[in-house]
Amino acid sequence: MYREALWIGLLNTLKIFVICLVAGLSLGLAIGLARYSPRRWLRWPAACFIEFFRNTPVLVQIFWFYFAFPILAPFEITSLTAAALGITLNSAAFSAEIFRGGIQSIDPGQWEAGRAIGMRHRDIMRRIILPQAVRRMLPALTNRGIEIFKMTTLASAIAYADVLHQARLIASINYNPIEAYTVVALVFFAILYPVVRATYALERHMAKGD
Amino acid sequence: MSDDPILRIRGLQKSFGDNHVLRGMDLDVKQGDCIAILGASGSGKSTFLRCLNFMEIPSDGEIIHAGKTVGTARNGKPRLYPEGELTKVRQKVGMVFQQFNLFPHMTVLGNVTEGLRIVQRMDKTGAETRAREELARVGLAEKADEYPARLSGGQKQRVAIARALALAPDLMLFDEPTSALDPELVGEVLNVIRGLADEGRTMLLVTHEVGFAYHVANRVIFMAAGVIQEEGPPEQVLKNPKNPRTQAFLSRHKQFEF
Repeated sequence: MYREALWIGLLNTLKIFVICLVAGLSLGLAIGLARYSPRRWLRWPAACFIEFFRNTPVLVQIFWFYFAFPILAPFEITSLTAAALGITLNSAAFSAEIFRGGIQSIDPGQWEAGRAIGMRHRDIMRRIILPQAVRRMLPALTNRGIEIFKMTTLASAIAYADVLHQARLIASINYNPIEAYTVVALVFFAILYPVVRATYALERHMAKGD
Repeated sequence: MSDDPILRIRGLQKSFGDNHVLRGMDLDVKQGDCIAILGASGSGKSTFLRCLNFMEIPSDGEIIHAGKTVGTARNGKPRLYPEGELTKVRQKVGMVFQQFNLFPHMTVLGNVTEGLRIVQRMDKTGAETRAREELARVGLAEKADEYPARLSGGQKQRVAIARALALAPDLMLFDEPTSALDPELVGEVLNVIRGLADEGRTMLLVTHEVGFAYHVANRVIFMAAGVIQEEGPPEQVLKNPKNPRTQAFLSRHKQFEF
């Protein structure tokens, strides 16, 4: 029965992780592109967004969406939505900086070569710059993914039934915090360690490719 | 109509902040012209070339391509150059860079088909046939499936030439195409450029190879301080220069042989 509770918790953790990973990186790419846009009215709000969400704690953002936002706006917000919003916006801000840095690291000659054969800005970005930049950013983006995965435990603070929340329930019923929290730590380790090893292998492989 | 110059340049100026690099350039480029542009570094010759396909946006003056003035005039401000208009001009004005600037994540064939596929929306088979023609012209047909990292500098530059030629431009710009090459690789690139000149292609070439300019160009321009100092057939400008600046420049390039 406890195993089942933990299992449900793990599925919920994976659910919020996938939402935040996909939404956070996509939004991050969009904001990173806006940050590098030739248009000032795109660049400026992107910079504000990045700075705001980089410099405020995720837990505060989650609390704000869960407790403060419903007072301002007339609809209910679930703990999943509030936590996913906080983590997504924070990750978007960090990954936007990764994307911007990756894009800027590409030799300006690549832009010129694209322009010289009549390509438009967005086609050069899509076909020439991003494919090269993403390769360089892969290690940083994997790191971000790992951070997001660990950040999902913050959702338990607003009673989202993730694996940590389930463990806390079990521990409070059974008075066995040692077992409960050790299992949670091991679950995270068992999932993330292989990912980290794979990242190292990938980095070595790409270092050879260059 | 065919007598119309491919490119007319009128009062072209370019400043970078306070640095006035081009101070009023006028030039007509006619069909079949091969114009070599010489000058010391800092004379503005590369900036001039880069203005002609709008790698640099001119600060003042007009560029008239195929009878049409590029850009829109605005009251009291520099002309406006919308991206859509520039992409059309750039397809007709090919450019080869000193640093090659091949796309490293694409094969040689991918580099040459990119413009055909993405800009001219040609289908895959058509683009590849067209690209292979140009690769054969620069002598690299067998390298189509290699990545640029596996090519020598001279081969890279020949691929870059094929990439520009694939779009069938009516004017080619060469910006010091051999300056980044090891000496023993210069010849193969110059041979390709000479071949294009012999075909009667219109081209402008910024170069330090004075001997090459003498043999290939039909007109030579000597630039200094952002203006054309001397212009004429190679025999005149290179053998009997009238302008003291041209004389001084050429005396520093004594090693060339005619």
